[in-house]
Amino acid sequence: MTELLGIFFAAFLINNILLIRFIALCSFFGVSTKLETSLGMSSAVIFVMTISSAVSWVAYHSVLVPFHLEFLRTAVFILTIASLVQLEELYLKKMIPSLYRAMGIYLPLITTNCAILAVAFLAIDYKYSFIQSLVYSLGVSGGYSLAIILFAYLRERTALAPVPKWFQGYPIAFMTAALMSLAFLGFTRMFGL
Amino acid sequence: MSVWQDFNRGIVSENPVLRLMIGLCPTLAVSTSAVNALGMAAATSFVLIFSNLVVALIRKIVPDQIRIPIFIIVISTFVTIIDYVMQAYTPDLHRALGVFIPLIVVNCIILGRAEAFAYKNPVLASTLDGIGMSLGFTLALLTIGVIRELLGAGAIFGVSLYNPAVAATIMVLPPGAFITIGFLMALLNKWENKVQ
Repeated sequence: MTELLGIFFAAFLINNILLIRFIALCSFFGVSTKLETSLGMSSAVIFVMTISSAVSWVAYHSVLVPFHLEFLRTAVFILTIASLVQLEELYLKKMIPSLYRAMGIYLPLITTNCAILAVAFLAIDYKYSFIQSLVYSLGVSGGYSLAIILFAYLRERTALAPVPKWFQGYPIAFMTAALMSLAFLGFTRMFGL
Repeated sequence: MSVWQDFNRGIVSENPVLRLMIGLCPTLAVSTSAVNALGMAAATSFVLIFSNLVVALIRKIVPDQIRIPIFIIVISTFVTIIDYVMQAYTPDLHRALGVFIPLIVVNCIILGRAEAFAYKNPVLASTLDGIGMSLGFTLALLTIGVIRELLGAGAIFGVSLYNPAVAATIMVLPPGAFITIGFLMALLNKWENKVQ
């Protein structure tokens, strides 16, 4: 149990996927201009990442390893995730329309969100068991949501602030991200991890 | 002239990283030193040039509806090749770049060029476009890598220039990546404004 908690917090804060690991930055800067869009994106990421990490773990350990096809993992994972996102979209549209509307266009965009693919690779590189990789993906997607929602709050404020002319737009967003990343560095070595 | 334009486009006017804001993840993550930056740029360039070439070769026989999965298979083939080649010949670099090598497959630059350029243009133009875009990516990555290594570790390409004890370690830590690219973009804004 302590081990699972450790995996969760390491992924959630210490190795925050956006601010420390630098994965999925396109969406970090792309959809964080408004709070609503970043909320939609993070709910879609939590939902898809948990399911796709479970499916890719099973695909790797029960198909690729027994047949010695580990070298196909890049192709297999990305195709699995792309088709899984389509299935999830169909399922949500039919069964839970309210959630489908909330996630909106973010579901298809997820296919190119490298965080989903990265978690599938990392869970295998770290040699996690099935339960461990589920907890890990929850931690990563939780950390993703935390960082992108906080960032959206900050960007809504800096949009109104008097920013030097050359720094308007993306440059000031990068400076904001640098300060957030600095704050997250403070979690290093926390809980003895 | 047009051949030159295909080549030239990616280097400055449509620089993928500093202008189009794509391919950011590897740029920020592996630019802690000039060597890492160059290794990542070489791997990405290989995949970009060859996937542009192959996509341009097969563009007439690919059905329109399923072109994206086909592009992805082409790209992931080249990513797998470079992943295993680097593991065999440059194991240290492979370890330093880690998960970012398989992640080249979702690098927006590569799928973006396949879809926006190689699918609509002949082989020579697409290859040149791939080379130009690769150079633009390499240039941005190398600039960031050199700045961060110089300020953060007091060295360039591992050659020590001054006492690392007085270097600003933060530049090689994650925040330094954001700071460097933020300043570069602001400088580019300023320069462009002056030219106009």
